[in-house]
Amino acid sequence: MSPARPLLREPTDWSAAALRVRLARRHRSERLFRLAGLGALLLAGLFLAFLLFTIIRDGASGFRHSEVAVTVTFDPQSVRSGDYVGLMQRSARALPVAGDVVSEGAWVALREAVAADPALVGQTRTMWVPARSSIDLLAKGKFDLAQPALSRGVSDADVAAWRALAAAGRLRQGFNLDFLTGSASTSPELAGIWGAALGSLLTLAITIAIAFPVGVFAAIYLQEFAPRNRWTDLIEVSINNLAAVPSIIFGLLGLAVFLNFAGLPRSAPLVGGLTLALMTLPVIVIAARAAIGAVSPGVRDAALAVGASRLQTVFDHVLPQALPGILTGTIIGMARALGETAPLLLIGMRAFVADVPHGLAAPATVLPVQIFLWSDDAQRGFIEKTSAAIIVLLLVLVLLNSLAIVLRNHFERRA
Amino acid sequence: MLALAVILLLGGLAFLIGRWRGAALAPAGGRIGAVHSRPVYHGAYVALLALAPALLVLAAWGLFGGAVIDERVLSALPTDARPLTPLDSGAFMNEVHGLANGDFAAAFNPDTARAVPIYQQMRREGDLATLLLAVALLLAGGLWAISQLKPAFRARNRVEAAVWLALLLASIVAILTTFGILLSLVFESLRFFELVPLSDFLFGLKWSPQTALRADQVGASGAFGALPLFWGTIFIGAIIAMLVAIPLGLMAAIYLTQYARPRVRRVLKPVLELLAGIPTVVYGFFAALTVAPAVRQLGVALGYADASAESALAAGLVMGVMIIPFVSSMADDALMAVPDAVRDGSYAMGATRSETVRMVLVPAALPGIVGGVLLAISRAIGETMIVVMAAGMAARLTLNPFDSVTTVTTQIVALLTGDQEFDSAKTLSAFALGLVLFVITFLLNIYALRVVKTYREAYE
Amino acid sequence: MNAINFPANQPPDRISASIVPKMTARNIDVFYGAKQAIRNVSIDFSREHVTAFIGPSGCGKSTILRCFNRMNDTIEGARVTGEIRLDGVDITSPALDVVQLRARVGMVFQKPNPFPKSIYENIAYGPRIHGLAASRADLDGVVESALRRAGLWDEVKDRLKDSGTTLSGGQQQRLCIARAIAVDPEVILMDEPCSALDPVATAKIEELIDDLRGRYAIVIVTHNMQQAARVSQRTAFFHNGAMVEYGETSMIFTNPVQARTKDYITGRYG
Repeated sequence: MSPARPLLREPTDWSAAALRVRLARRHRSERLFRLAGLGALLLAGLFLAFLLFTIIRDGASGFRHSEVAVTVTFDPQSVRSGDYVGLMQRSARALPVAGDVVSEGAWVALREAVAADPALVGQTRTMWVPARSSIDLLAKGKFDLAQPALSRGVSDADVAAWRALAAAGRLRQGFNLDFLTGSASTSPELAGIWGAALGSLLTLAITIAIAFPVGVFAAIYLQEFAPRNRWTDLIEVSINNLAAVPSIIFGLLGLAVFLNFAGLPRSAPLVGGLTLALMTLPVIVIAARAAIGAVSPGVRDAALAVGASRLQTVFDHVLPQALPGILTGTIIGMARALGETAPLLLIGMRAFVADVPHGLAAPATVLPVQIFLWSDDAQRGFIEKTSAAIIVLLLVLVLLNSLAIVLRNHFERRA
Repeated sequence: MLALAVILLLGGLAFLIGRWRGAALAPAGGRIGAVHSRPVYHGAYVALLALAPALLVLAAWGLFGGAVIDERVLSALPTDARPLTPLDSGAFMNEVHGLANGDFAAAFNPDTARAVPIYQQMRREGDLATLLLAVALLLAGGLWAISQLKPAFRARNRVEAAVWLALLLASIVAILTTFGILLSLVFESLRFFELVPLSDFLFGLKWSPQTALRADQVGASGAFGALPLFWGTIFIGAIIAMLVAIPLGLMAAIYLTQYARPRVRRVLKPVLELLAGIPTVVYGFFAALTVAPAVRQLGVALGYADASAESALAAGLVMGVMIIPFVSSMADDALMAVPDAVRDGSYAMGATRSETVRMVLVPAALPGIVGGVLLAISRAIGETMIVVMAAGMAARLTLNPFDSVTTVTTQIVALLTGDQEFDSAKTLSAFALGLVLFVITFLLNIYALRVVKTYREAYE
Repeated sequence: MNAINFPANQPPDRISASIVPKMTARNIDVFYGAKQAIRNVSIDFSREHVTAFIGPSGCGKSTILRCFNRMNDTIEGARVTGEIRLDGVDITSPALDVVQLRARVGMVFQKPNPFPKSIYENIAYGPRIHGLAASRADLDGVVESALRRAGLWDEVKDRLKDSGTTLSGGQQQRLCIARAIAVDPEVILMDEPCSALDPVATAKIEELIDDLRGRYAIVIVTHNMQQAARVSQRTAFFHNGAMVEYGETSMIFTNPVQARTKDYITGRYG
């Protein structure tokens, strides 16, 4: 740089063509940039909408199922010997179609009908029983029949059977109560989510019973009492890191410590809950610390000034004020635990439980793992079930998060 | 359950007695301070000493009693009725439990029927012995505590010390968890490295743990060169996913913080929060069912005839979308931390918004953004379900995004689900992979958290 | 309150009529949401004089300043009505390009706000975005001359690569002034530029302002009456969002027309 350069330059002529062109270009790039930002958000929103759309498109029909009208004669001998399976088979064979059209589990409907009304014995009735999955899917229009038989995923025989049933007026659609009240099954038309939902509930009960008190206590200690030293730093670093450790690592921990070392039962909600508790703990600690830190110092000073001990101050005055914030964080942590899959796979919570779990130590599975297992199943009918289970899971999550938002808004309005 | 109720009831009684004794210490109309602590603290002190040991006994029995009983039931059976392998024992005892609880109407395995009465008897005896022990401890603790109560006795301080201890213990759980993770991973990994040399694992190019090459071979179950796994993890999580997440997340954050009016922000931000709230298994399902076939078709259209149904691109794309809200919220925080004065300074110079963002705000917020991106990478490489469901099992070093690759997390799940032989190299290798994953994410997290913290402090 | 009806009741001897004003403002009202921050202010200022805005805190003097380069646009819910002209062109219309306006009307803030970039990049920022330097050498020249005019060159010429935030408070503020004059604006608005500085740094800035007079129309907001008296030739006194009095600085400080001005000058309130 030469010092000889003059200090004052000619005044800028803003009307010069070059500067005007440049200004127009700058404004154009400004618009493009703004558009790119909006585009990024819209793209994310579009993806979300598409994801939800495909899942609802595939899953909405999972809450309904097709039923076949079967004429059943409840002969006393079959009823007395409990041979409902045979009764069902004989009745189904009398249908005016070739091949199996009713579900393997259709006989249960007969047993329940007799249990509800013993007077049925000896009578002949038209019973609506669940259809087999391929008939069900055909009735819901899930196959592209224009395709050749090999690539469309359903045989010509099934298509013919479905057409015959429909023509005979022996097919109808109804609400699929089995899906909500049933448990895992190898037949898609019988599979339900109740067992997995109960497994999730038991697991989360353990998680919250451990993570909430321990998390809140840890937060109180760190925020109110911890001396500033290396030990405390170590705790803080641990918590912040644990919040970012991949969830599958907690699965390995659960496998090594709870199963192999402590010998707790495999596949049990107890172990699943313990594992998820360790995973959720840092989330709750961080949220609780923020909530406790947000309580005004005046409250503490006032309580201490009237002679309360430090613990009394915290438990009687600070904690009640911080509670809404702590609860919000806890709910968010629980929502995360509810959607967690990977660590539970490692501790074996992928059990095929054809019934509801019988306690904290009994084998069980949870909703997200059930979704994973169904998604892995080659049978076509499980796509619908998987999507329907996802709808249920998302609904519960939306409910939980709304609760957190309501709580947060309520709290913010008051504060 | 019944035992717990009994103990809690007795504990409540202990509290009432303690409180009553504490109240009796103060002479009627006595002056304040004659008794150090209020009655309620005397009650709490007695209840604490009564309940703590009793509950510990109950908890220990609840946690470990089942395993103890199962073992004793098995050893009490005649040899010919015993299951042969540990895996069979599990199934055997499950059936025994089911029969004992009445879940199963009849036994599949006739031997289990023989075990049921033994099991039920041991369960009864064990439960009873535990309850008696707990009650004895409760009485001893409670009586000793009551004997201590005097006017000068500092019950409040004792109770508060106990609470204090509980607070400290709770905060130590985090450290215990960290060490638990580290110890269990290191312990199992060391056993793995006894079978497979460390260098083979870290730098080997062939990964096929499922196939035994020769029965007499050392580490007889296959090849454990994890390099293709590391590459697959980086390819999907740190490259493809970040190519999606960084630009979209950053631009979304810029739009939300710099352009959107508050009302628009209130509408658009929940979209990102919703994306963040969707469970990964749902993303995985979407990736496998919807995105992967589309990506395969794209690959075929582009001339890769052997484009795989499970591609790195499909998994990476969906993972990238999953990470968008994460990157965006970190970038949002970083941009908001830049003081308004700096932004106004740029506007006052006649800069447009985009110039201000590109030339002033983003450079100023860069440390915070980089820290956020590192945390995002840490999350992406540890993400499991998307890759398990959409990335495939083929361990290969490839640059073609239409190829199938496998990742560390996919292999951990594959190795540890299904039939497991404990102590086999195959099972142990999962822990070695876990250790690598933990160390890498740990370093990323610590470094990124420090960068973000220093950055925030710089502007405070 | 609305005693002043500019320019009708402005005594002709107070403002020299021969000078062409650089900026003229007429009947300015500013609202923040429902709250009115500025009431019916009209004022002119020119290159020949440094104009000082004084008044008690909260009187609206900074708010009116931010109208002259439309910085109020960046505040959500702010609304400005009235007419402001720069060289006779209305700058309040929505069609006006604020980017160009702000290149012509520079601003220096209360707290030094250098960008977290090098000293060189801080100065080069304006010329770069507006395309005022044809070459790297040209840009070097612009940076040097701006720093020289801001009296900072000798202090920083060996450390142009250092971050602007490493300078002392006074140096940072001169850096911000240099940054503003690097694009050769026609007006420089200064919002209490010395309130965060020590007396020595303040003296340097005041000297600088004096040097810059004549080339730029300078408006300085200050809460420090001595400073207004030292650096300005024209002073406007604001109170409760209204301009109470405007005239030659010497007259305002020695012989104000309005009683409220007198009360403020003599320290009755403020």
